[in-house]
Amino acid sequence: MSQLSIHNLQVQRLLPINLEVLASQCITLSGPSGCGKTRLLRAIADLDPHQGEVRLNRIAQRDIPAPQWRRRVGYLPAEAAWWRERVGDHFLNPDPKRFETLGFTLEWLEREVSRLSTGERQRLALLRLLGNEPEVLLLDEPTANLDQASARRVEQLIDDYRQMRQAAVIWVTHDEQQHKNSAHHYCFKDGKLELHAWS
Amino acid sequence: MELILLTPWDLSIAALLVLLLAGLSFHLRLGIEKRLAVAAARSALQLGLLGLVLKVIFAQSNPITIGLLTLFMLLVASYEVMNRQQRRYHGFWGMGVGVLSMFLSSFSVTLLALLVILQVDPWYAPQYLIPLLGMMLGNTMTGVALSLDSLNQNAWQQRASIEARLMLGHDWQTAITEIRRNALRTGLIPILNAMAAAGVVSIPGMMTGQILAGSPPLEAAKYQILILFLVSASIGLGSVTAIWVGSKHLFDERQRLRLDRLTRPKH
Repeated sequence: MSQLSIHNLQVQRLLPINLEVLASQCITLSGPSGCGKTRLLRAIADLDPHQGEVRLNRIAQRDIPAPQWRRRVGYLPAEAAWWRERVGDHFLNPDPKRFETLGFTLEWLEREVSRLSTGERQRLALLRLLGNEPEVLLLDEPTANLDQASARRVEQLIDDYRQMRQAAVIWVTHDEQQHKNSAHHYCFKDGKLELHAWS
Repeated sequence: MELILLTPWDLSIAALLVLLLAGLSFHLRLGIEKRLAVAAARSALQLGLLGLVLKVIFAQSNPITIGLLTLFMLLVASYEVMNRQQRRYHGFWGMGVGVLSMFLSSFSVTLLALLVILQVDPWYAPQYLIPLLGMMLGNTMTGVALSLDSLNQNAWQQRASIEARLMLGHDWQTAITEIRRNALRTGLIPILNAMAAAGVVSIPGMMTGQILAGSPPLEAAKYQILILFLVSASIGLGSVTAIWVGSKHLFDERQRLRLDRLTRPKH
């Protein structure tokens, strides 16, 4: 059971943000590029200095050591970096079932990162992140570089994970369908986060 | 063997060579003649001044003036370290890293040499202290400057991979471990090369000086070995300290990578 609550969070030039994501709830965020979606996710993952309060199950961010916080509140950037040559060097306990869901096998662990396509790297980065079993997922356009079929598989995996772990999910996306499948859809407008009302 | 005293005429011949080089640079449009002239004049002036200052200090042997001179040397070395960085730390840390790392390394190694190895009496006798400390500081300065430059440049370039590791819950030391290791190696390469070439390719400056001044070659060699070892220890200690303090300062208390603490390169 993981609930993420954000109170008066202020990052750089953004207006204070208040947001609540319940356990096994998925909310989506959208807005023009440069509006602050990435800055918000980075602040929640505690990668940038910020003001205000972020709580996980009512425990404040500053009361949890930073590495532990980032393992529990997993952030997937739009373009995840790799620091070793081989894919497998970045995985501790690869889960064959999850690899399969995204159309990989464990043989992919032997491959060189530099030879992967952007989409392959993106999907493998998601698997790498899920290996930490985070309680909260912060996803920055995880399906942006993927074809339809791969995107559906990623959605499926995230959905299964959310229900299985009762994880809270914040998902940045421009995909209409993904907005509709989420519990709430928030929109950045003039530096403010607004709940998007369905017609 | 008598020490052959140099006349101003002797130095002029050597200076003529530098002038010739400057002329060549002008003729070939290499564009270094001005820097060459400034550097040559600067070194002549600095060394001449040092000679005068040391003459007074040797005569007085006053611990306070000696202390002030060593402090001055430390500050100049730290300024040089800062000046050689493409990306420096903002504010106090720009100089502070150099001051701290070189004070801890060069001063303690020099002190060890004076008290334990050479057993000079009094231990602050400037004839020993100043040249020894000068050699430690001069070499350590290069090592620390190279280490810090490598650390900060690589941290800047590999920002994405460092942050990728932080995102996955690695602590800051794990996230920067390869960059640190590289920085230390970079800082130690000059002294490793110097040790490998010593006596085979090059005869180190101090040994040359002692032989010219009439010491038996074997005695000069022993001194040179001592100096090489002390210098490597000082460089190693200084670089490790600088890398430790410097890399720690790249992260804040929440282990965020804080590259905003570095300045941008000027050009």
